Amino acid sequence: MSGWDRFADTFLNTAVMAKYLPNIIDGFILTVVLAVLVVVTGIAAGLALAVVRAFGVRPLNWLIIFTVDLFRALPPLVVIVLLYFGLPSAGFSPSAFGTTWASLSLVLMAFSEEIFWAGIIAVPRGQWEASRSTGLTFWQTLSAVVLPQAIRLTVPPLTNRTIAITKGTALGSVIGLSEILSQASSAVSFSFNPSPLMLGAAAYLVLFLPVVVFGRWIETQFAWKR
Amino acid sequence: MIETFFNTGIIAAAWPILLQGLLTTAGLSLLVVPLGVIGGAVLAMLSTVRHPWLRWPLIAWVDFFRAFPPLVLLIFLYAGLPFAGLELGAFGCVAIGFFLNTGAYYGEILRAGIESVPAGQIEAARSTGLSRLQTMGYVVLPQAVRNVLPDLVSNTLEVVKLTSIASVVALPELLYQARQAQSVTYNPTPIVAAAIIYFLMLWPVVRLLSRLENRAIAGRH
Repeated sequence: MSGWDRFADTFLNTAVMAKYLPNIIDGFILTVVLAVLVVVTGIAAGLALAVVRAFGVRPLNWLIIFTVDLFRALPPLVVIVLLYFGLPSAGFSPSAFGTTWASLSLVLMAFSEEIFWAGIIAVPRGQWEASRSTGLTFWQTLSAVVLPQAIRLTVPPLTNRTIAITKGTALGSVIGLSEILSQASSAVSFSFNPSPLMLGAAAYLVLFLPVVVFGRWIETQFAWKR
Repeated sequence: MIETFFNTGIIAAAWPILLQGLLTTAGLSLLVVPLGVIGGAVLAMLSTVRHPWLRWPLIAWVDFFRAFPPLVLLIFLYAGLPFAGLELGAFGCVAIGFFLNTGAYYGEILRAGIESVPAGQIEAARSTGLSRLQTMGYVVLPQAVRNVLPDLVSNTLEVVKLTSIASVVALPELLYQARQAQSVTYNPTPIVAAAIIYFLMLWPVVRLLSRLENRAIAGRH
């Protein structure tokens, strides 16, 4: 057996790959579902917080700023471990899926609130005053004048941050969520062959490489005017 | 409730190993941040050489490591490479994984910084007799770093947070130690304590970042 054959037999073993492909596909589907849910809830919650912050109620804003700071400072894996191993002591045992979903949503919420808020305050004050003086209400000004511009400004940073946080779905493997990484790891220990890891790695590239390239494209399309 | 989540007896008992974990996290950060910055600086400087044979492989390299979740890369190095006869140990895997992953991110940021310095300045510097390296070191990099400072700080914060994934390969950093203490005591207090330590350690950076980012946005008008 030549060196390459031995390498291929170890890392690209087709028999092992064929056997565990269904597991990896299951993990892939779970990862996609989780990622979509995280993106939807995280960004919606972040936008909601930024809008609430725009109303300028002092104590409420302090609470928002603290929450945002908290989830920007804590590593996502710490949030996941804390919720998963902490909540059962409070009499509530969340599933691995629910924990990962909630944790990553909270983290994405914090980052997207900060980005949306930066977009909102980037809209010049004069526009607020002008819209209000034409008779638009506060809410109309926010939703029809400020947010459309703010959201356009926030697209590139938000895209990159969302990609980075969505990749965190792999962290779910730590608490036994059967997503791609976890499926691949257990297949490696069952088969004592690393080929499933190669398959898992390929699955991640299939999933995230197009997203990263899309993010790069978004960046050029919506580039901040410097 | 306080008994469960903030048990002072358990905090006192777990304190020495949490402190050890904190020191490991700090030491690990002091190692992987410079590693990532060096990797990124090399990538960014290579990207100034505008040759298609260099340009496309560089973009592919950066995008590859940005698409790969860092934990997957780490597990790949830790659980995959031994099959090729390469045992790097937890520490070696973390160092290499971080070098590859965070280097790609730092590389993108520094590249954007270098591109933000007008080409005229480089021509001017070269025509006054500075060498390529001198131009880079004295003219381009100082301005480039200033222009992307918020992004650099933000990425460094992410890198420090990311060291928590080293717990998965049993490197005894803060999160790992907290989980050990939790499984011995059957009580989540050590994890709560670790979270508080992370927060207190990184909150000032988050505040600073908010300020830098707001100033960067204000500067655009």
